[in-house]
Amino acid sequence: MRRALHSVCAALLIAFVAAAVGKEAVPTAADPAIEQRSMQLAEELRCLVCQNQSLADSHAELALDLKQQIREQLKAGKSDAQVIDFMVERYGDFVLYRPPFKATTALLWLGPFLLLLATVAGLFIYLRRRRSALAQGELSTEQSARAQALLAGGAEHQK
Amino acid sequence: MKRFLIPLGIFIVLVGFLAVGLQLNPREVPSPLIDKPAPPFMLPQLADPQRQLSHKDLLGQVWVLNVWASWCVSCREEHPVLVELAKSKVVPLYGLNYKDKRDEALAWLTKFGNPYALSVMDTDGRIGIDYGVYGVPETYVIDKQGVIRYKRIGPVDREVLDAKILPLVRKLQG
Repeated sequence: MRRALHSVCAALLIAFVAAAVGKEAVPTAADPAIEQRSMQLAEELRCLVCQNQSLADSHAELALDLKQQIREQLKAGKSDAQVIDFMVERYGDFVLYRPPFKATTALLWLGPFLLLLATVAGLFIYLRRRRSALAQGELSTEQSARAQALLAGGAEHQK
Repeated sequence: MKRFLIPLGIFIVLVGFLAVGLQLNPREVPSPLIDKPAPPFMLPQLADPQRQLSHKDLLGQVWVLNVWASWCVSCREEHPVLVELAKSKVVPLYGLNYKDKRDEALAWLTKFGNPYALSVMDTDGRIGIDYGVYGVPETYVIDKQGVIRYKRIGPVDREVLDAKILPLVRKLQG
């Protein structure tokens, strides 16, 4: 029983892998230069079906279609920027892994720097306060003389 | 006491952000197509592939475009709502049958009922790409001038229909 299950699983796995490989192999462009450019573009673009993958990584149906679109447009002589614009017109800035800098994305771009700035400012204030607290904590000559005496006395006690 | 207030404050703000984040739906990507002219198409009709339908044929009326497919599971979920919408005759509903096989699409409509005034076949998904489709079903409200005024990604339920689509349609029909 178990062995049968194993072989069924293995067969399914092989079938899946074969299907995946087969699907990916079909639409390759004849021109390696175009293929390379389209791969580069596909890495810059997000797959909308599985949102944490790039088009290049994704095997989703839509991602395959979009990769095909990229190839065709490059073959038709369009520039990389034109292809990117084509995608943004349809799916919005969300498809870009490097969104453009504009009012709605300002916080996204500047946020980390603001956070860094705030942290550095916080650290600076903290250190200054600590330094002045330490300065205040310094003993007057009278006090230190007394402390010395106490320490010396304590040492004598131990003897 | 005071030294605990700051971390507590930061923690509360963080929880606030996370709570809001959990409520958001990451699948709802704001469409850049809102308030833009609906992309042109000229596609064979599902019922009679010899005849074609173009976006121009639909100018002058408010209409709803629904992207569906027989392989799409959530389409089944929203289907009763669409059938109801069609019965109310408030607004014509047109279907974009996305990356489907004709016989399967027809069988699907026979089985579940056909709410569409017409469905067109986007077999290779090209028009779907123009409409920024990425999660079937998707639903668009298009005005008399052929401008997209609303887009819904994912199944339409009663709530969305009553709260968003129908009021908008009435407003656009003026």
